[in-house]
Amino acid sequence: MLKKLLPCLGEYKKYALLTPVMVIGEVILEIFLPLIMSKIIDVGIRNGDTGYVFKMGALMVLMALLALLFGVLSGRFAAVAGMGFGKGLRKRLFDKIQEFSFANIDKFSTASLITRVTADVTNTQQAFMMIIRMFVRAPVMLVSATIMAIAINAKLALIFLIAIPVMGIALYSIAAKAYPRFQAMLKKYDGMNASVQENLIAIRVVKAFVRENHEREKFIDAANAVRETQIKAEKLLILSMPIMQLVMYGCMISISWFGGRMIIGGTLLTGELMGFISYVMQILISLMMISFIFVMIVISRASVLRIIEIIDEEIDIRDKVGDSGLRAENGSIVFDNVTFSYSKSSENPTLSNISFEIKSGETIGIIGGTGSGKTSLVQLIPRLYDVTEGRVLVGGYDVRDYTLDTLRDAVAMVLQKNVLFSGTIKENLKWGNKNATDEEIEEACKAAQAHDFIVSFSEGYETFLGQGGVNVSGGQKQRLCIARALLKKPKIIILDDSTSAVDTATDSKIRQAFRDKLSDVTTIIIAQRIASVCDADKIIVMDDGKIDAIGTHEELLATNSIYREVYESQQKGVA
Amino acid sequence: MQGPMRRRPAAKPKNAGKTIGRLLKYMFRYKLHLTIAAASVIVSSAANVAGTYFLKPIINQYIVPLIGNKDPDLSGFASIIILLGMIYILGVVATYTFNRLMLNISAGILYKMRVDLFTHMESLPIRYFDAHTHGELMSRYTNDIDTLREMMGRGMPNLFSSALTVTGVFVMMLVLSPLLTVLAVLMLILMLYVIRKIGGRSAIFFKNQQKEIGKVNGYVEEMVEGQKVIKVFSHEDTVKGEFERLNEELCKAATSAHTFANILMPVMGNLSYIHYALTAAVGAVMTIEGYLDVGTIASFLQYSRSFAHPITQASQQLNSILSALAGAERIFEVLDEKPETDEGYIELVHIEKRENGEIVETMNPTGMWAWKHPDWEAGARYTEVTGDVRFEGISFGYNKNEIVLKGISLYAKPGQKIAFVGSTGAGKTTITNLINRFYDVPDGEITYDGININKIKKADLRRSLSMVLQDTHLFTGTVMENIRYGRLDASDDDVIKAAKLANAHSFISHLPQGYNTMLTSDGANLSQGQRQLLAIARAAVADPPVLILDEATSSIDTRTEALIEKGMDTLMEGRTVFVIAHRLSTVRNSNAIMVLEDGRIIERGDHEDLIKMQGKYYQLYTGMFELS
Repeated sequence: MLKKLLPCLGEYKKYALLTPVMVIGEVILEIFLPLIMSKIIDVGIRNGDTGYVFKMGALMVLMALLALLFGVLSGRFAAVAGMGFGKGLRKRLFDKIQEFSFANIDKFSTASLITRVTADVTNTQQAFMMIIRMFVRAPVMLVSATIMAIAINAKLALIFLIAIPVMGIALYSIAAKAYPRFQAMLKKYDGMNASVQENLIAIRVVKAFVRENHEREKFIDAANAVRETQIKAEKLLILSMPIMQLVMYGCMISISWFGGRMIIGGTLLTGELMGFISYVMQILISLMMISFIFVMIVISRASVLRIIEIIDEEIDIRDKVGDSGLRAENGSIVFDNVTFSYSKSSENPTLSNISFEIKSGETIGIIGGTGSGKTSLVQLIPRLYDVTEGRVLVGGYDVRDYTLDTLRDAVAMVLQKNVLFSGTIKENLKWGNKNATDEEIEEACKAAQAHDFIVSFSEGYETFLGQGGVNVSGGQKQRLCIARALLKKPKIIILDDSTSAVDTATDSKIRQAFRDKLSDVTTIIIAQRIASVCDADKIIVMDDGKIDAIGTHEELLATNSIYREVYESQQKGVA
Repeated sequence: MQGPMRRRPAAKPKNAGKTIGRLLKYMFRYKLHLTIAAASVIVSSAANVAGTYFLKPIINQYIVPLIGNKDPDLSGFASIIILLGMIYILGVVATYTFNRLMLNISAGILYKMRVDLFTHMESLPIRYFDAHTHGELMSRYTNDIDTLREMMGRGMPNLFSSALTVTGVFVMMLVLSPLLTVLAVLMLILMLYVIRKIGGRSAIFFKNQQKEIGKVNGYVEEMVEGQKVIKVFSHEDTVKGEFERLNEELCKAATSAHTFANILMPVMGNLSYIHYALTAAVGAVMTIEGYLDVGTIASFLQYSRSFAHPITQASQQLNSILSALAGAERIFEVLDEKPETDEGYIELVHIEKRENGEIVETMNPTGMWAWKHPDWEAGARYTEVTGDVRFEGISFGYNKNEIVLKGISLYAKPGQKIAFVGSTGAGKTTITNLINRFYDVPDGEITYDGININKIKKADLRRSLSMVLQDTHLFTGTVMENIRYGRLDASDDDVIKAAKLANAHSFISHLPQGYNTMLTSDGANLSQGQRQLLAIARAAVADPPVLILDEATSSIDTRTEALIEKGMDTLMEGRTVFVIAHRLSTVRNSNAIMVLEDGRIIERGDHEDLIKMQGKYYQLYTGMFELS
């Protein structure tokens, strides 16, 4: 599982390998210290040899200093490797998300994508860093300490044969039982936080309907559930410390008793006993570390899986290999018997049997009820989604024949949900064309009826927009997005209900500007107001995923019942 | 075992003492538990420390003297071992008790804090929510409370037991050998110095890291939210490039931070080994010279090994405790915010009218309402709710510099439909925010049935209004529950009736579980139009005297809107309705239309009047028709 992620280590691989090497060095040095100490006691003190004591003492200090050096190096390398790993993971994920098509993005919510790139990467990187340090240290320490202990006295070392498995089994069963309880707690925790977030977003609704108490009751239930599951989960975990202490103390007592008798009987030396006790400590500590590692693996497993999910995701829409020379010569559009569904398994396709032709430079309006398929239809033109059946042609060629970059250069789209990014107005507009001159920018803004309000701001085009463009109104945002799209100088421009927050007078000025300055650009307008589309060259009426009729305003008024109904409902009461 | 792997910011609390004091207040309810817990941790640490001491007598009195003895009397040895065993068992029990109690205590305290935080948050004025982002407030519940939990459940207990252990060890060392203790103290000073140095550098780098994390996370959030726009403008490469830059900065900062954090343990551990080495050497020499014995060395060596660990632990805990306190401070800041002020005393009650015109209060929902003024002498006075709303020269701004409404005066007769039109930013939503007392007016007066709305209790005022807001918000729950939100005691039939009125019934019936379909994340599984229909149904079921519709049907196509309009007409009968819309078809049949521009009402009248005036309304209206 981790294998999939290892490539993200990249240039930091050598640090990841060096770390355990340093650790092994450190451990081995540390392992010998109790042995030398026991020699000081058994040889130095016994023989009253002060010189020997000083020599051995100096040796120990030297070894400890060397171990310190190794320890520092291992810490440094682990940090480099761990953070480098995190960097690689983040890059891989972010780049992958950039390749995602709309369908891929829809599959994971934006919130979950964000969590994966941020929190999940952090979890994984921390776990990785700790593992490369402890994963080697613990077993090496365990094995070498056991070997040393056996070397001192094999019989006494039998005590470990009992202690280690006992502790291992105990800790393992605790972990196994606790894991599902922790899962349960996390779920409740997420649920509680979700309800807090809902309240924050909808606080006006809560206050307007005077539902504060009701929300409070709901929250108390949720918080209580969290408390109970938390206690249930953690009270198991709490057992691990006393169990470890019990095993440790048990070892101490047994070793003292049996070791003591062996010393009395002459089969063991006092110094050796003291060394033995030190090794016991080391063994038990390494066991604790191993359990800690497993815990960490478990905790980070969820995050690792979530990251892998993104990496494994198959990109829905890709450039066809080879042809990058194709450019859209004109803005003609052909839909050839197109059927489309958002999900492959869906029974009712969102669009069925769509066929029509649009000549380059025409202005087309699209009208239809909510859910009739208007947005789905236009999203096929810049290949934001791919057709299920049939073809879409732009400039005479199938959209799949162009590279995505070239196609989207030629087809500009103003989405229903308008997003601006933090940066100045000018920076945002330059997304359309990063080499746009100030004159070109002004011209586009004038056409979109945005120039006037932009200059009314004290900083004008250099005004800073906060995240999501919060300091401009809905209508202003829409107009900026239209200007941004215009700067692309596209062959086709699609406005998906882009003037819903703009008043009718401004709306008609925008359309006038389009007619005057963009007469050779194919314009597709999806709108709710008949007034926005009534002077289009052709109007497409959609109903339930199919084209109900195509015609001019007058033709449709005369022949199409849906169109007439809409028109009349918007006309009611005129003098 | 740790919670989510996060390095917390080494943020320092502004006033640690005060914060600790307030936390203590929360802990006070558990004073009995805490006392027992304190006793347990003392016993646990004492047992640990005492046990190690036992090595000395065991070796000196029961082992060494018996060496070479062919038939040793082990009874003394055995009894001391048994004694040691009992002390250890006591220690283990104490450890368990301590941890268990701390778990209950910390879980209970957190629960109380969460509930307090939530309850208080609900009472805060809308202004507070405008001034703080959701992310900020959410992190109080998640980040800050989580850190507190770590601190209370693990940090503080560990700190105490570490401190106790170190003290105990130190005392025992003195008892065993003052000379060797001097050595230990020197090592201690060295260790503390090292901790401060490393800790200090570490803290700086961690602060840096936090900053970079903030930048990266912010960038990721923004780009992923706007991913579709990035695709439409083929901006992927630019975005990737910028991300790479931020990622690299983060990696650098994080590497420095973690390097220092990582080396702390190895450094401390090996310093402790150096101490071990020196203790062994010095101790051995002293024994050779006759000042010390082997048993003492044995005990002392063990103690020297258990010196470093608690000190390192304690220093690490200190940092996390400080950042937990910083988090607690932020939580208390929210708790200290002033809630919505409400000097109102007039309540909304159901009434019945007797034949002689007398008004009598009743518990039954009769559909008739009155304002109840408590009048201490004559009992209560009642004013019937008719929906007569007046603004007298209201001027208002969300902040001092920007006045959004300038001298607004308007008069809504009961049962009328009043429409507000005007360009975006003209002040239409602001007017409804004021009727609702989401914001309070400093100047002028708003009256409701002749009563100054500041005199009416906020909850009652809002219960008399029903709003459908510009941004629809739905809650996690079934469709039925969401509609019932408008009136919690509405029966299922009432809900279905309201849904039919809003023309939501047919699409609801087509949902997989009909009215019991679960809605999640703000109704993400419905279209914009469907969500608004639900919001309208929700307002309908509330059955209020006054209705406010703010851009309620902007995402619904005109066909569906026409269907709703019929229902709306029935809904609006006998009620005062304020409508804000861009679509002139919606406002066309209002009794009075107010045209707002730049915070002032520049035209008022009904549709015919305004057309005749040939003013702004006429322009807005005829902009619609450009028949070629």
